[in-house]
Amino acid sequence: MRPFDYEAPTDAAAAVALASVPASAHVTAPVQYKGGGTTLIDLMKLDVMQPTSVVDITALHDEAMHRIIRTGSELRIGSLVSMAKLQADTSVVRHYPLLTESLWQAASQQLRNMARLGGNVLQRTRCS
Amino acid sequence: MGKIAPIMNERPVNRRTALATGAALVASLSLDLAAADARGSAEMKTVPVTRKVVLSVNGVDHALSVDTRMTLLDALREKLGLTGSKKGCDQGQCGACTIYVHGERHLACLTLTVAAQGLQITTVEGLAEGEHLHRMQQAFIDHDALQCGYCTSGQIMSAIACVREGHAGSDKDIREYMSGNLCRCAAYPNIVAAVIQAKTEMEKS
Repeated sequence: MRPFDYEAPTDAAAAVALASVPASAHVTAPVQYKGGGTTLIDLMKLDVMQPTSVVDITALHDEAMHRIIRTGSELRIGSLVSMAKLQADTSVVRHYPLLTESLWQAASQQLRNMARLGGNVLQRTRCS
Repeated sequence: MGKIAPIMNERPVNRRTALATGAALVASLSLDLAAADARGSAEMKTVPVTRKVVLSVNGVDHALSVDTRMTLLDALREKLGLTGSKKGCDQGQCGACTIYVHGERHLACLTLTVAAQGLQITTVEGLAEGEHLHRMQQAFIDHDALQCGYCTSGQIMSAIACVREGHAGSDKDIREYMSGNLCRCAAYPNIVAAVIQAKTEMEKS
């Protein structure tokens, strides 16, 4: 793994200010955001990802990023919610069993405890 | 042939010392290679970045200065001497490095030490109370739930969490929720039996 700076801002605006790159360049950008880190750290060890700076966003104070809210027909999942938390959420188990089942079938409990939904959506898959 | 080799060292070299020396040599070699590689690119950082961090492990705080690249697994093993957590794949697939973060099972090999500041970390060394083994540790002994033992500390950490999470209701559940812990000796049937025994005892107490 290559050396890198590490920041862990608690304010979303501060985190955004640390890295402004076009979305198309996010994989090769020198600054990378880290959620659970289950993919990023692995890829950094393999030298596939080579950021010179890692911005850890798990400490962001924004409540909405950490919560799952169901209102009527809408489900809002905070980007920092872990796979395990979403899988076990009583409202999700009852009203969105497909989500629970698909999460339960992915990875292991350890990885599901660490991995965040935001990172899961933005994940750099090995095959791309 | 048949001669006894002269004793070269008065101090016996134990397995841990030999392993540590070998690992340090490999680490320094790979760092040199990484640095040489990085010289080709102006954007690459060549100087390691160090940060101060306070780790709370098994209820004890440790102030450390670490390279930002150091995983929690390496910090536990190399800096704190807590070698119970094992490095198997170092890629988050085998579960040998399973630890607890605020009581939840996580993988130490995919956790940066700098990101572990302020987290309550528990390792396998924190399970026993004095000479009293945790019920799960005893159950693994009772059921001979290991062969080489390399994966065992991770298995035990995961097994306790599995019971606490309520995922040890059936053999099928146990196998599913223990699937992040690989055992190359394939002691799985005995591991399941150990989890069932410990679950019953944990629920009684």
